[in-house]
Amino acid sequence: MKSHVIVFPGSNCDRDVAVAIEKISGSAPEMIWHKNTSIEHSDLIIVPGGFSYGDYLRCGAIASTSPIMHVVVQKAKAGVPVIGICNGFQILIETSLLDGALIRNNSLSFICRDIHIKAENSTSIFTKNNIIAKMPIAHNEGNYFASTETLKKIKDHDQIAFRYCDEHGVVNEQANPNGSMENIAGILNDTKNVLGLMPHPERAIEINLGGDDGKHIFESVLN
Amino acid sequence: MLAKIHITLKKDVLDPQGKVIANSLTDLGFGGIQSVRQGKYIEIILDGDDKNAATVKLNKMCEKLLANLVIEDYSVEIN
Repeated sequence: MKSHVIVFPGSNCDRDVAVAIEKISGSAPEMIWHKNTSIEHSDLIIVPGGFSYGDYLRCGAIASTSPIMHVVVQKAKAGVPVIGICNGFQILIETSLLDGALIRNNSLSFICRDIHIKAENSTSIFTKNNIIAKMPIAHNEGNYFASTETLKKIKDHDQIAFRYCDEHGVVNEQANPNGSMENIAGILNDTKNVLGLMPHPERAIEINLGGDDGKHIFESVLN
Repeated sequence: MLAKIHITLKKDVLDPQGKVIANSLTDLGFGGIQSVRQGKYIEIILDGDDKNAATVKLNKMCEKLLANLVIEDYSVEIN
């Protein structure tokens, strides 16, 4: 298993992701600086969370033009599994690998707390462990938006990966932390090898640090 | 040449910041506000004086980076 974690100026979850991957797969990922122009064979690429380029212009917009992202887009189109977490999700959206947009939370507040998500698609490599999982969110722009046509398309093609829900798995308005359309917390591309999600599974891999539900996502794709 | 670019959220995209600004203005006593939409304003100074070529270039800039066409509209004005 060879994995890679992309590092931008302002990434701050890259090391957490590396620790999670090493703990679950037994081998440490290679950290790739955003100026690099190639990635050798990869079984998994992760675009981690943080505040790449200080969130200038729009979250993820500047990072999406970094040299390494052209490589990530090529790899994704060739079928390599790619996960974008939080700011990484915003970056993948800005590259157009994933549909829709992530706009300001409807509360206008930065939200940092545990939430629950429910896997909506058990056929993807990321959601084989069909789970209800508790993990943290930490974002200001995580409110998933898509046009009516795009929303229909992602629903028709089974591209919703995770929805926000309560601890029992019930998807309702109270469980929606940020105003996302249809409680969407994570989506897939149409070939189901690219996942973007706002919650942080890498911050939920240790019982002693609040829970380990996040490992299900990594185990699904790594094992 | 000075290019002035306005970027605004599309009409069907919720603008919570605009809503808060509207509420705040109303609280300050400014009556009659129907709605507020907020956006970005960008100035770009360009070489040359060919306005048509500049317009083509600026539109490309907006489409590739400055605006996210999923949620935003833009307009370009050259002085």
